[in-house]
Amino acid sequence: MGKAIEAIDLDIYYGSFLAVQGVNMTIRPKTVTALIGPSGCGKSTYLRSINRMHEVIPGARVEGSIELDGTDLYGAGVDPVGVRRQIGMVFQRPNPFPTMSIYDNVIAGQRLNNKRMRKDATDDLVERSLRGANLWNEVKDRLEKPGSGLSGGQQQRLCIARAIAVQPDVLLMDEPCSALDPISTLAIEDLINELKMDYTIVIVTHNMQQAARVSDYTGFFNIEGTGKPGKLVEMDETKKIFSQPTQKATEDYVSGRFG
Amino acid sequence: MSIETDKTTPQHDVDVATPLESRIARKGQLPRWGTAAALAGAAVIIGGALAATGAFSIGLFVFLTVVLFAVGLYAISRAVEGGRKAADRVVTIVVTSAFLLALIPLISVVWTVLSNGVARFDAEFFSSSMRGVVGEGGGGYHAIMGTLIITALAAAMSIPVGLLTAVYLVEYGVGTRLARSITFFVDVMTGIPSIVAGLFAYALFALFAGPGVRLGFAGAVALSVLMIPVVVRATEEMLKIVPNELREAAFALGVPKWRTILKVVIPTSIAGIASGITLAIARVIGETAPLLIAVGITTGLNFNPFDGRQATLPVFAYYSYAAPGVPRDPYVDRAWTAALVLIVIVMVLNLAARLIARLFAPKNR
Repeated sequence: MGKAIEAIDLDIYYGSFLAVQGVNMTIRPKTVTALIGPSGCGKSTYLRSINRMHEVIPGARVEGSIELDGTDLYGAGVDPVGVRRQIGMVFQRPNPFPTMSIYDNVIAGQRLNNKRMRKDATDDLVERSLRGANLWNEVKDRLEKPGSGLSGGQQQRLCIARAIAVQPDVLLMDEPCSALDPISTLAIEDLINELKMDYTIVIVTHNMQQAARVSDYTGFFNIEGTGKPGKLVEMDETKKIFSQPTQKATEDYVSGRFG
Repeated sequence: MSIETDKTTPQHDVDVATPLESRIARKGQLPRWGTAAALAGAAVIIGGALAATGAFSIGLFVFLTVVLFAVGLYAISRAVEGGRKAADRVVTIVVTSAFLLALIPLISVVWTVLSNGVARFDAEFFSSSMRGVVGEGGGGYHAIMGTLIITALAAAMSIPVGLLTAVYLVEYGVGTRLARSITFFVDVMTGIPSIVAGLFAYALFALFAGPGVRLGFAGAVALSVLMIPVVVRATEEMLKIVPNELREAAFALGVPKWRTILKVVIPTSIAGIASGITLAIARVIGETAPLLIAVGITTGLNFNPFDGRQATLPVFAYYSYAAPGVPRDPYVDRAWTAALVLIVIVMVLNLAARLIARLFAPKNR
């Protein structure tokens, strides 16, 4: 668990529109990498291209390659469904399955794929995943209740538990705290710190304090104007990005002068 | 903005000299019994006037009373409460009258069918057919069974086709030319007159079995031509409102698309789909014209939709009324009861749809 990701000359298109251009990025295993930048600069698009989720939108395609520990995720024989089993994702808005209980939500990855498991193994997996997401103590007495009855922050942690229950190598988070209050945000951030022991984490965030708090590396995306493609301006250790970035645009953005 | 700057720089048309209390004060209000009193007054005046002229009729009385009520209440309210309240009262009267107007035919139908049909709404009607019955007695058991069998067959054909079409339209074909043309033709099919569906089914089966063919199954085909577009439309709308986030959540767990549809999208929307399908069944169960052509009528029980004519409730009611025997009354009574049974079945289906929607709905907490 916890693999490296390498993007090489990656261009992402929606139809004929070039959304993200020329990304070269190395993400080290078992680190937290934050992607920051103004809205519409392509950071979410880039994040979704890592587990091929952007392909859900008709007409989306990439040129270049993304490698997971040296394997090209866009190679000829690669099944996007298989990629998503290795690279999990947590979304902006908590999205537990409304028809399922908390218990079933956690093992949704197994249940939906018809994986047969023994009852005690399932129980064990549910407990481990919920403990991993710091949610066990809050829900252990009501596992049979619907997941949609939890608070927003609990729902988001339930979604994280669901993502780690399929035991991926990488966890992608697309603004996981933007719909949450500060206390729930803190809970998620603490969780991210624990999760990086086992997983490679990539997180998109609009909150620069959050990027500074949780990440080891930070990549800054920018866009020159509407209709232009987004580009990775600079990527380095978080400390360096926030104290002495090499690019003027990065400095302007992290110091709040624009964006 | 403080009050002082407001006074020195009057940017709005608001009369700043008037104190706030009088600006927000109510102008006056009619007493609570005002509306009822106005209605009663209008009724008395119109009633008196009509009685004096000797041209009293209930329709004219109600119509004129409502007009006078609206005009009078508007005038009084405008004088006491001001223009906005007066307009509010008039609009309230208009929408309430429209609602009552729409209710009249509905209540009238239910009442007529109920009062005429209850005479033969007995055990014999539900247990005997018309075989060998002349005059009194007999019943609609054969027609009830025919209706249930043919409608069930139609549903068995329409639901899978309609459901899968809707899944294609929402999940696979978004934006493609094929999907757009399917949507167009489904809309066209929704508007097909039911007799055309009957002629289609008859012509289709006449190709195989020769002219003059009458078959329960042909009726089921005709009904499913009418039912498929309704099922497609209802299911499509329900699938569309499933949030995309749920599909993405499943995809992100490495669940293939077909499993996502089968285990996430459809279970999430099953309540709406089930009630939509039930309403589609209710929609076709009372169809007369296609069954008249494709199935015909018979006096005896026939449980086999692939062998010869079957009786159905709408056609049974039609023939009992249009071509009664002698004496006429028992036939007409049976026609009313058949209509009543049909209404009861539709009502039960509607209630079932509500129950299904409640049972399957995703629960909170």
